[in-house]
Amino acid sequence: MTISREDVLRVAELAYLELTPGEAEMYRGQLDEILNYVGKLQQLDLTNVEPMTQMSFATGETDSPPPGSNQEAGTPLRNDIVRPCTVADAVLSQAPDAIKPFFRVPKVIER
Amino acid sequence: MSAAPWTIAGIHAALQAKKISAREIASGFYAEIDRQNPVLNAYLTLSPERAYAQTARVDAAIARGDKLPPLAGVPVAIKDVISTSGIRTTCGSKILESYIPPYDATAVTRLENAGAVILGKTNCDEFAMGSSNENSAYGPVRNPVALDRVPGGSSGGSAAAVAAGLAVVALGTDTGGSIRQPAACCGIPGLMPTYGRVSRYGLIAFASSLDRIGPFAGNIADTAAVMAVIAGHDENDSTSAATSVPHYGVEIDGPIQGLRIGVPEEYFGEGIDSEVKEKVLAAIALMEKLGCRRIPLKMPHTEYAIATYYIIATAEASSNLARYDGVRYGLRVPGATLLDMYRKTRERGFGTEVKRRIMLGTYVLSSGYYDAYYLRAQKVRSLLAQDFSDAFQKVDAILAPTSPTPAFKLGEKTSDPLQMYLADIYTVTGSLAGIPGISVPCGKTKAQLPVGLQILGPHFSESRILQLARGFEKAGGFVI
Repeated sequence: MTISREDVLRVAELAYLELTPGEAEMYRGQLDEILNYVGKLQQLDLTNVEPMTQMSFATGETDSPPPGSNQEAGTPLRNDIVRPCTVADAVLSQAPDAIKPFFRVPKVIER
Repeated sequence: MSAAPWTIAGIHAALQAKKISAREIASGFYAEIDRQNPVLNAYLTLSPERAYAQTARVDAAIARGDKLPPLAGVPVAIKDVISTSGIRTTCGSKILESYIPPYDATAVTRLENAGAVILGKTNCDEFAMGSSNENSAYGPVRNPVALDRVPGGSSGGSAAAVAAGLAVVALGTDTGGSIRQPAACCGIPGLMPTYGRVSRYGLIAFASSLDRIGPFAGNIADTAAVMAVIAGHDENDSTSAATSVPHYGVEIDGPIQGLRIGVPEEYFGEGIDSEVKEKVLAAIALMEKLGCRRIPLKMPHTEYAIATYYIIATAEASSNLARYDGVRYGLRVPGATLLDMYRKTRERGFGTEVKRRIMLGTYVLSSGYYDAYYLRAQKVRSLLAQDFSDAFQKVDAILAPTSPTPAFKLGEKTSDPLQMYLADIYTVTGSLAGIPGISVPCGKTKAQLPVGLQILGPHFSESRILQLARGFEKAGGFVI
């Protein structure tokens, strides 16, 4: 057994999920099976293997670019220029509870 | 719409010859949706107001004698994880049941600027997590080819809509196979573009290092026509590539003779359905007959792909889905305290599979397990990507099955999450490597279930894999 009932409840707590006792038991069994399966990665010797932390096209690709492509172009960022944001009202209209210009939530700080 | 199904070229010709108006085409599709959707459940939301505003623009342009844009009057369906301004976008989840985005995804803007008519939003697994569309909070989609079977997932609604003639083309998203596998299950082409090829601005995130938007269509020319419109750099998506967009529509008809096609032995091993294997091997034999050179390949890390994928995808999902907390949009379930509100909202709003993945992702990222699971998976991802880089030194494209089995029965795998994950065994590899892949039909099993042939190529080689797909289509490969 890789994952205990306490582990499941701790993870649910971290993820802000509320589980019924029945759900906790169901997920424990399923997560245990999945974790046992993904445990096969422990078989590999990964000494000197770099983690792939993101997709990158500007550098590091070993494929030869197909004819006509300009793969070296990479993923350029736009200029950092302040632009007016005009969707604030539309955004707030989707909030469950808003008083312009704020989202309203249950009291966080006790006096 | 009893005759041959509409194609983009067919619509263009019919509109220019004034045989039919864009409005009449759209209303024909809505009539067909009214007839079939109660059974198929492919569409979650229809957008006739927006569609007819667009057909009015197209019909006015025709009346003026303007040159028509490439997708003028073409009815399209959009997967419900892609934002549409003013049109409800649920992600197949209760937590976004009444969410109306304030803006359009770039891919949607580009389709409409090219004249396309958005009919509505299609059903999908909740937050695109699933391989059967059974994880939708709004009920499963039925496969139009076999109504007791799943359409595949997660883009099941988009695939079913195109296969059933309820849209000419559709947008889906692919994170671990969610375009290619439903395309295979429903017997139509479906393309996952290179990571960065199509802007994801407005795509509601599942796993950001994997998610991609791509098209479903009835044929390869239409697939290429949609790609020509949606591909290209977008300053609103920092992962979008500046790589120039080829003329897909022209390049698909290039010769395929002499191209080297790799066949990795790992994709034909344990677990593959014998009829799927037979059809895919017949498809490869046809490609050889067309002048391609078959080269056997070994891709030794393939067996680790599912484990790697389900660690990385769930880790990213647990982070991306932290935003659903009842504060800014979507469902809020009141609670005595802020934390109580978060927990109750997420408990009520998320379905079983989404919670399972959030917990798995939280676990593999948590203190004490990060190195053993998440970091290790990122390293294996490097090895999987290296397998492809090595292969593409020897071959121009890789041919493999899309899925180990044809479409399975509704309910067959819902009680066993791991078995469901294994349905993605041949698609997650290309997802992890960031390369493009297409699934094209390659005949049917004895039970008349479609089989998919997957064609994978190096980064930004969409033209080449579309060329191979087009050559295969022209030679009758779709119905071998």
